[in-house]
Formats: sequence, C-alpha cells, structure tokens
Amino acid sequence: MQTEQLIKMANQVGDFFESYPDQVQAQQGIAEHLNRFWALAMRRQIAAHVKEANGVGLHAKVISAISSYLEVE
Amino acid sequence: MDDIKYTTHTQPVNRYDSDKDYGTPKKLSEKLVKLNIDGVEITVPEGTSIMHAAQLCGVTVPKLCATDSLEPFGSCRLCLVEIEGRRGYPASCTTPVAEGIQVRTQTSKLADVRRGVMELYISDHPLDCLTCAANGDCELQDMAGAVGLREVRYGYDGENHLKSTKDESNPYFTFDPSKCIVCSRCVRACEETQGTFALTIEGRGFGSKVSAGNKDFLESECVSCGACVQACPTATLMEKTVIEAGTPEHKITTTCAYCGVGCSFDAEMKGEEVVRMTPNKDGGANHGHSCVKGRFAWGYATHQDRITTPMIRKSIHDEWQVVSWDEAINYAASEIKRIETKYGKEAMGGITSSRCTNEEVYVTQKLVRAVFGTNNVDTCARVCHSPTGYGLKQTLGESAGTQTFDSVMQSDVIMIIGANPTDGHPVFASLMKRRLREGAKLIIADPRAIDLVENSPHVRADYHLNLRPGTNVALISALAHVVVTEGLVKEDFVRERCEWDSFVVWRDFVAKPENSPEALEATLGVKAEFVRNAARLFATGGNSAIYYGLGVTEHSQGSTTVMGIANLAMATGNVGREGVGVNPLRGQNNVQGSCDMGSMPHEYPGYRHVSDDATRTLFESAWGRPLSNDPGLRIPNMLDLAGEGKFKALYCVGEDIAQSDPNTQHVTHALENMECVIVQDLFLNETAMYAHVFFPGASFLEKNGTFTNAERRISPVRRVMAPKNGHGERGMEDWEITARLSKALGYEMRYSHACEIMDEIAALTPTFKGVSFKKLDELGSIQWPCDDANPTGTPTMHVDEFVRGKGRFFITQYVPTTEKVNAKYPLILTTGRILSQYNVGAQTRRTKNNVWHAEDLVEIHPHDAEDRGIKDGDWVGITSRAGETVLRATLTERVQPGVIYTTFHHPESGANVITTDNGDWATNCPEFKVTAVQVNRVHQLSDWQKDYQSFSEAQIAFTGKKSNKIIKQPA
Ligand code: SF4
Ligand code: SF4
Ligand code: SF4
Ligand code: FES
Repeated sequence: MQTEQLIKMANQVGDFFESYPDQVQAQQGIAEHLNRFWALAMRRQIAAHVKEANGVGLHAKVISAISSYLEVE
Repeated sequence: MDDIKYTTHTQPVNRYDSDKDYGTPKKLSEKLVKLNIDGVEITVPEGTSIMHAAQLCGVTVPKLCATDSLEPFGSCRLCLVEIEGRRGYPASCTTPVAEGIQVRTQTSKLADVRRGVMELYISDHPLDCLTCAANGDCELQDMAGAVGLREVRYGYDGENHLKSTKDESNPYFTFDPSKCIVCSRCVRACEETQGTFALTIEGRGFGSKVSAGNKDFLESECVSCGACVQACPTATLMEKTVIEAGTPEHKITTTCAYCGVGCSFDAEMKGEEVVRMTPNKDGGANHGHSCVKGRFAWGYATHQDRITTPMIRKSIHDEWQVVSWDEAINYAASEIKRIETKYGKEAMGGITSSRCTNEEVYVTQKLVRAVFGTNNVDTCARVCHSPTGYGLKQTLGESAGTQTFDSVMQSDVIMIIGANPTDGHPVFASLMKRRLREGAKLIIADPRAIDLVENSPHVRADYHLNLRPGTNVALISALAHVVVTEGLVKEDFVRERCEWDSFVVWRDFVAKPENSPEALEATLGVKAEFVRNAARLFATGGNSAIYYGLGVTEHSQGSTTVMGIANLAMATGNVGREGVGVNPLRGQNNVQGSCDMGSMPHEYPGYRHVSDDATRTLFESAWGRPLSNDPGLRIPNMLDLAGEGKFKALYCVGEDIAQSDPNTQHVTHALENMECVIVQDLFLNETAMYAHVFFPGASFLEKNGTFTNAERRISPVRRVMAPKNGHGERGMEDWEITARLSKALGYEMRYSHACEIMDEIAALTPTFKGVSFKKLDELGSIQWPCDDANPTGTPTMHVDEFVRGKGRFFITQYVPTTEKVNAKYPLILTTGRILSQYNVGAQTRRTKNNVWHAEDLVEIHPHDAEDRGIKDGDWVGITSRAGETVLRATLTERVQPGVIYTTFHHPESGANVITTDNGDWATNCPEFKVTAVQVNRVHQLSDWQKDYQSFSEAQIAFTGKKSNKIIKQPA
C-alpha cells in the first residue's frame, strides 16, 4: 500500500488522541488502535517507515506511539 | 399483539389473534373494568371500547367504519348495541366500557336498524360482487350477509355514484370511487398511521367523497405507503396485483428486504406467485404499517434483467459463457487455488452485504477465515455504519442501538442528527411523527431542511441546527459544553453508572472556552443562543432520545461523533430505560446483522476481536481449521492494494462496491487489476461488470434466514417460492452456493437448512445463545441479547449496568476535515436518500417506483445557482478533486448557500465519481457527506458518463441481454 495513504490514516488516528491530557495514554491509545484494526502488513510498513525514513510526514506523537508500542509480529 | 394480562371469568383469553379485527385499538390502562356482554362476563382495561371487549369474548358486532388500527369514528351506525338501563342505541366502537354494564349486541330491534343502514349503503353501491376484485375479501359484502340484508327498496334510478371514474394514477393501487362507502378509514389511516394527511372527505351528506386534495393520487401528497389500501373495507382502494390475479389463497410471514426498520409482512400467495405483500399486525417493528418499498416494490424479483444462470469468463473484455453450476463452482475454486499459490492468501478476501441474511453473512465470513485462511473479510457496513459499531462499543460496550422503535412513544425530546427518517426509515418515521403530534419536542441537526423540519403536517422542529457539513463534532462539543457548564449533568447517574475518571477528563475538556457555542458559532454557522437552547431542552426536557444516521457516520470524524453522542446521552442520564437512548438508524435491512455476524476483518461473530485467544480457540475447534489472530484488510485497504497489484481475488456476495463505494474510478481501477472477481447477485450489478465469475443469487422471497434490524430485532425471512437460479438443477439459497464453493475448495460445510447455521451461530455467540428458528416461529421476532438471563430477548439495553460495566466517556476533539473548500472547489456536496428508491437502486429501479424518482437531481440554493447562471432543470457539471459528473439541477432553499445535495440511486449519475477516498479515522468509513466541488452549466455528459455508457452497454451485451438503460442526455 502507498505509504502516503498509511501516513494519512495514522495521523488521523493521532488527531483523535490530540487532546488527551496524559501523553502516555495518548501514545498507547494510538498504538492500540493500529494493533487492533490494521492488518499486519500495514503495521509493518508504517513501522518500517518510522525506522527507515524517520517517519517523515507523521506527527511526532504518532511516531513515538509507533516506535514504543506498535506490535509488528 | 402480545399476550394480554387479563382473562375473562368464563372464557380465558390468552392471545390476540392477528387475523381478527378487534374494531378499536387495544388499551393499556392498569385499571380494569368488569362488564357483561351477551351474558358473558369479561374484565378489560379501562378505555377499551365495547366493540373491542365484545370481540375478546368471541362476540363479533357488525361494523364498517371501525378497524383496530385506527381510533373509532362512529359514522356508519352499524355497530349499535343496547345497554341495560341506558336509553337509545350507542355505537359500540365509540362507547367505552363501564363497570357493571350489561350489553346486548343482538336484539330484533338492533337487527332492524342494522338492516336499514345496510340497505342505504347498498342502494348506492354497484351490485357486481361476482366480478369485483374484492369478492370474498369485502367487509361490505360480509356485513350485508351478517345483518341478513335480503332486499333493497330504494332502486338505482335516483342519484348515485355508480358512474364515478377510477383513479389509476398510482402504479400500485386503484381508487374506484363508485365503490366507496365514505367510511373515512382511508382518511384516518393516512393521518393516524402514516401521518401524511393526503386524504380528506370533501363535501357533505350524500355529496361527500374521498379526495386526495383535488388531485389524482400520484400528483397528491400521497407517499404510497398503502395504509389506506390496507384500511379500506371495500374494493375502492385496491392493489392492482389483486385486481389482475384475484385473491390470494395462502400467506407466509416474512421480513422486508429493504431498510433497517425491518417490517414484517405477509406474502400473500397464489401457488408460487406473490399476489400482494401486506404488513403484518404482529410485526414488532411495524405493527401493521409499511412504506412504498416493502409494500409494493417487490417486482424486481421477477424482472427481466435478473440473471439466473451461472456464468464465467477469462477476462472482463470477453463475453460471458453460461455454464453449469458445477463448472462455475469448480472454475471459481481453481482460480482461488491458483491465486493462493501464486500470490499467497493475503491476496484474497471476501465482501458480504447488509442485504444478505445473517446465515449468509456467517457462512461467507467462515469461508474466508477458515478456508481462504485470512481475516480479509469486510462488509458494506464499512461504508455506512462502521463508526457506530466502533463508537458504541468503546463507550457503552455494545455495537448496537439501545432501544426498541416503540420506545419513541415515551420520549419527550427527540433529537435527530444527520438522519432523514421520513425518507430513509419511513415506517419508524410514522411512529415518531405520531409521538411528535402528541407533543414531544424536536431538535434536528442537519445541514439540509429535511421534511421533518417543517414540511410534515402537524410536525415542526423546535430547533433546526443547520450546521455546516463536516462540523458534527464541533456541535456535539458545544452541546456538551452547555450541559457541563450550566450544571445540567445528571451527576448521580454518572457517578453510579459511568467511569468517573473518564467523565472528569471529558468534563474538563468540553468545559474549555473553545468548545462553547459562542466560540464555535462561526465554524458551525449556527447561532450560539440556538445551540444553548437546544442543549438545555435536551438536558431538561424529560426523556430525551437521540436518533442518528449516515449524516453522523459518513465523515472523517464519524466515530468521534458517535462517541460524542454517547457521552451526551450518559451525561444527561438518557440511557437504560424506555423513551431515551442512542439510536443509530441503519440504512439497509441487515446492517446490524451483518456486523453481528462477524463480517468485519477484526472480529468474530458477537464483536469479539480476532486476537482474543479464547474466542479464536472456540472457533478453531468448532470449524476444525487454524485461524489467524491478525486483523484482516478492510474494503478500502483491499482496493488500495488491488490497485497496486497486490490483492487478486475477491468473493463479493450481494454487494456492489463499484457503485456504492467512494471514488468510483479508484474502485474500478482496483477491480480491473484483480484476476478473479466472483460476484453473487440477482443482477449484473456494476461490480459484476468487472467480474470473472457470476453466481446467480436467490431473492429474499426464495430463501430462509433471518435479518436483524436497527433495534437488534432478529426476524425470520421465509422462503415463499423456489429459488429461480437452478439452471437445470434444484435452485439454491445463497448460503448453499457459498457452501458448495467451500466444498470445492476442500472444506465441507454440512448444513441441510439455514436453521442449522443459526444453531451454530447460537452455539458460538453468547448474545445469540437462545436464538433458534423454532423460537422465532413462536415469538415472531427476538431482540438480542437473547441468552439464559433473557430468554425472550432484550428490548432495552444497558438497563442496570452498561454492557462494558461502567460507561466510558471519551474526549471528542473537533478536527476539521482535510476536504476543504477553496476558490477552485467552493461548494460542499453532501449526499442522501429518497423514499421511493433504495440504496444503489438495483432493486427499486427495477420497479414502478421510478415514477417518483426516475433520475438523481442535484439540489442547489438559488443564490449559488444565480451566481453561476444556472436555472431549474439545467444540466450542470459537478467537479471535485476526484472526478466529474453531470446531473440536472433543481433549485431549492432546503440546502443552505454553499452546499449542494444529491442522491445516488442511479449508477449513471456517478455520484461516487466525485466523492473522495477520505474516510473516518477509526474505521475508514468514507466521508460521503463532505466533498468540495464546483458546479457549472454544461451541455454534455461528463467523460466518465460517456465511458460508463459504452462500457456498461458492452458488458450487458456480453450477457446476451439487451441494455435498456436510457441515460438522459442534455439537449
Ligand atoms: S375509500 Fe375505502 S376506506 Fe376510504 S372512505 Fe371509501 S370505502 Fe372507506
Ligand atoms: S397510500 Fe399512504 S400516503 Fe397515500 S393516501 Fe394512502 S395512506 Fe395516505
Ligand atoms: S423499506 Fe423499511 S420501512 Fe419500508 S416496508 Fe421495508 S422495512 Fe418497512
Ligand atoms: S363501526 Fe361503529 S359506527 Fe361504524
């Protein structure tokens, strides 16, 4: 899938958690959403994008969420 | 009608008999009254009419103007009775019971009076009983017999109505005034049952007659619901099919296959031919009412376009080859195996539809999970109500509406957000209008002035919050802000029933000044004071209920709005009893059911996540196959991947993604890139034009199964005729086709009847534990959860406790959509539905419903039109970032300046050519309701439409059928 599409979708998820007062909760919320609703291949692709391209295009909170909490196995 | 709580002393009366007419409606008073009718003692609720009480003791009083669906009127004077100690002859239909009275329904005096009444009626009535369409089904005839009418002394030479002309304008029923007895049942049905007020009695005395506002029926306000036809005791209002075919000889109760109201109908049959569909009085959702679709628009099942033979082809540019079932199934199976070997199982998937029965959806997802070996299964709810499933699960704990439809009769304040019940859910709308006429308050949040705003007789919205499309979350936050900052929160409810911590976070969030109606006034385009007053009314007006539709879900923040709605209901204590609640109005008949049945890629039946080990083990052992614990692809993911050549095989049952999904050109590009598209449908739908295998399906009249409506009501679908898709073999119900494909793929599904599929569902799904076809036969319908604790189902959910335990509040930050207007695309296009057509129109377009809506029009505000030199009826091009299409314009102030509106019932309209693939953050539900566009006058169809026309003509020719598509062209 095109990485742009995944970036857009991940950022949208991030937006929902934007106003969460608790940052850790917000990051966990983002990652849990991706873990529960995104197919493995999509999760791997976005994780690779964070690893290999510094997650360019992704919001900071989404990058931290992906690097800390995303399941790619 | 349900069990009644009282019995007579002499004769126990346990159940109402739906075949009987009790003359006047059932009363529910707690207070009981005892009386004696013809020597039989009976105790009935106060307010019951003498006529109704008599019927309960088995005594039938002659009657003409009364029927138990309507309030009595007392005009025919046939139902007179004698009451000991009272003078005169009161009408039993309008006289309520009183304690201790002695009633006599048959005396020689009464017999005389009744004969006199009948004589007058018959003297102005044609005596062509033997050739009348109502012969054998006419109450006038019955009454003439019942009162023993033997002669008519007045003769026919005087003035009479026998020569009045018939009104044949309605495509489905005839109005023959010569047979009218002016009982006004039709007029009252149109008012009370339907709420349209299209009919009146004009003139007085002998000159009085029924009139549809001095127009013919088609030109009038009539919406063709059929309530008047149902109520008419004579042949005056009569279904044309009965006039043609004669009276039916048997009937089978089934469920409408159109919208999410899920009306119960009796299919009235002559052998294997349907003569008419009549709404069933016992129907839990409709109580004997119907709309034009379910009542009349079932002719598509035998339409000439229907394809009844299996077909295959190598490429979509080839002609279709008609083959045997074995050949089609084996070809499909070999292709699936080939693709699995070549590309892997992740390149395959299935799509089910909300038009399928629960049993069909269940076997399809089973096939994909257990046999394809992937969780790549999705359903069309993806593009409509997936945010409902998500949002309500998160907040309340169950992905379903909280109430029954009847609950609206206990509501004091009704808030409708992004739904248009009179068009989309007509039978429920009639009930709602009845409650509104009784005085309930109405708040409507919709960019467009739907009919309920001020275009429905005796109903008017107290507040119409005509917000800008795409700002629902801002509105919900503003409403919540008022509730929180003005001290209107029901704190005891929240403390007892909800997670307090989540409430505090939410409260602090919505209380922020930036969420106030004043701060959001410019965003919403609605006066702050208006929003404040609406919020106050909602929070303090008594029982407040929220009804919402696709205007909530089909947005980039659809799930957020659903959660916001649940927040608001919890904060004001409006969940868990009758009259309140969060009520998603589902578009198609089985949206609820198809979601319940595990057709989403991340969950098994009963909304259990695929990663949940206990559930997965349960299904693995029941199905005997290993299952994946990884969520599968959603429809938009499948399409994105297909466009890139990474998704190759699709089994699509009853769904038409090429018409109903956004950004048509993206969809068709994806389909063109697949190697095996299998479509199972009644017609060569738009998706089938890109298919390699076509399995002809069975219509809802040809199969057994169940549908689950918007109130979680599981209702039986019963086979009234054999499936027409046999092609030399025995016809197959759709689940049988899926099972046969499964067998060809090496996995046998051993069911001999749809009921065994339901038994399997019940065994594996806690909320369906107590459901079986046998129980459905007994109870008529069941609202899930149905388990040991609730063996007859659960009308109202979350009564003492939320399904998730404590209700959870979520912060709902408004994030404007990225689909923004600018100089190039200055208008917002939003989309909706119309009463006479259904969804992509595949069924209703193939009926006479087209007389009401033959083409999709685009509504433009006169200001916007004037700026562009557009006049009513002009052809206009609508251009968005995704594409262009051309439709005819209609100018109306229903839409606000800056907003245009259209429906998408006709494929050539290409409404989805212009919608973009923007979608909901949580579920990818497409943002159908907001597309930035420009419109301008044009003189020819768009390129897409021209291509579409030649492509679809070629595709239809490939089946050997003739194209009868006539695309209207700009002059
Ligand atoms: S049309 Fe039928 S229901 Fe209406 S007044 Fe005449 S007889 Fe009665
Ligand atoms: S069909 Fe329905 S809307 Fe039309 S006149 Fe009869 S009751 Fe009224
Ligand atoms: S379309 Fe809906 S409202 Fe109309 S009859 Fe069918 S289920 Fe009822
Ligand atoms: S039935 Fe009672 S007056 Fe007509």
